[in-house]
Amino acid sequence: MIREVLRSIFKKPATNLYPAQKLVMPEKFRGKLKFNPVKCIGCKMCMRDCPTGAITINKVGEKKFEAVIDLGKCIYCAQCVDSCLKKALEATREVELAQQDIKKLKVTYSDESGNEPPKEA
Amino acid sequence: MHNSEEFKIPIGPQHPALKEPESFSVALKGEKILGIEIRLGYNHRGIEKAAEERTYIQDIYLIERICGICSHSHSTAFVQAVEEIAGLELPKRALYIRTLIGELERVHSHLLWLGVAGHEIGFDTLLMYTWRDREIVMDILALLTGNRVNYGINTIGGVRRDISKEQAEEVLKAMDTLEERTKYYIELGLSETTLVKRLSGVGVLTYDDALRLDAVGPTARASGVKRDVRKDDPYAAYGEMDFKVITEKNCDVYGRTLVRLKELMEAYQIIRQCIKNLPEGPVTIKAPRKIPAGEALSRYEAPRGEDVHYVKANGTEKPERVKVRAPTLANVQAVKQMLKDRFLADMPIVIAAIDPCFSCTDRLVSLRQVDSKDKKTMNWQTLREYSIDWHRKQGIDFKKLNQKLKTNV
Ligand code: SF4
Ligand code: SF4
Repeated sequence: MIREVLRSIFKKPATNLYPAQKLVMPEKFRGKLKFNPVKCIGCKMCMRDCPTGAITINKVGEKKFEAVIDLGKCIYCAQCVDSCLKKALEATREVELAQQDIKKLKVTYSDESGNEPPKEA
Repeated sequence: MHNSEEFKIPIGPQHPALKEPESFSVALKGEKILGIEIRLGYNHRGIEKAAEERTYIQDIYLIERICGICSHSHSTAFVQAVEEIAGLELPKRALYIRTLIGELERVHSHLLWLGVAGHEIGFDTLLMYTWRDREIVMDILALLTGNRVNYGINTIGGVRRDISKEQAEEVLKAMDTLEERTKYYIELGLSETTLVKRLSGVGVLTYDDALRLDAVGPTARASGVKRDVRKDDPYAAYGEMDFKVITEKNCDVYGRTLVRLKELMEAYQIIRQCIKNLPEGPVTIKAPRKIPAGEALSRYEAPRGEDVHYVKANGTEKPERVKVRAPTLANVQAVKQMLKDRFLADMPIVIAAIDPCFSCTDRLVSLRQVDSKDKKTMNWQTLREYSIDWHRKQGIDFKKLNQKLKTNV
């Protein structure tokens, strides 16, 4: 018994040491969405099938579209990814989406490269 | 307290012994329970109504969220009903994957239950052990479906994700580990005196009572009722699986523990068969957006018992009616019987033994106009008018509110 107790004192925790050590999500993970404006044709199928109304596609110019995704509303079901015939949307493995400011949860993608959002609305 | 006095105590809607709000009004004489009144309805979320206002595709995700533990059960029961109305013939591979995920879900749910049961009788080491092992199956679920809890694997006309060879290997490896551990738990369940003594003879539900009160799932099977939708009315790929329906003759909480433990072993077998016999081919077929008019009832053996979904379609993109009967609703009546003439201290473990999920159960709220003469049931329209009226009287200005909402979003 005493030995058991002493051993437990010096053992390292069984849980992950979170901020320092991060888990890697599996490949099929449905995390934060990524939007590629080059591929989008503005058919809005994603908007129609989204169960929560988290995604909005806006026309910003001739054949140019931007996506506004409300990360607070999104349930990360990736139905929009399935619905998009042009593969303009993609689910990433990113999970750390917590924000202090509620406004930062609304992300606009309009960058040509489709990478990280250039401006946060 | 004086022993001859009879009195009533309320347990819930908010109570440390309950994981979800539900109200039990217990009539006591000393420590002995004379009778219980159960009142459901504290967790009503209006999901059925919400499902009528969304398209079938959106509903899959809504229905999935009826329960966080048996989410696959609900979504499968729902899509099965829709597929039946639409007359879709699913590819074999899709059915196998559905079965596989269904069994993985059973594994995680039963392990979870075992931990909770251990906790309720003060055996917290068991809770730590089983929940540690549950992580293995949760990780497997995340690997196969893309999430740990709401898997989102079902879609109308199949499943959304295929399983690769490497993933299948991972699953088999995990099953070996889990089988080893489960064997240990079974041994523990059979030999650990504290566990056997604490659970035996507690919450007795005889065979006849189980039939009379329509108990389902492990609760019924522990009373010797050999009922399992997977065998009686096979859905998905269960018709091709080789497994036993576990029953016990103990009729008490101990029997329910053994049933769940042995069902875990069966689940590992089914999972192995799924992987071994996984047919080649596509995992989805194209489903129409508009489902033709018709109705269907679909049954599913959730970890807690039989789950029933009814869907009525009217030829549009949205269902006309969706009705869900979760297994807890069938089992909760039996709790009264189980606790009659027992001690108050048995209550937490007896309630936990049916593995209740109260928020899944709360489906219907019927509102009566008590202030009107005939006390009739309110319909949707009157209820809406009443609520708008009530809020106006409280001085809420809807115009301002709408504007505020718009600017906030
Ligand atoms: S479905 Fe795809 S192509 Fe259509 S609007 Fe959405 S992102 Fe663009
Ligand atoms: S992941 Fe789901 S909830 Fe999020 S935007 Fe896409 S469809 Fe909507």
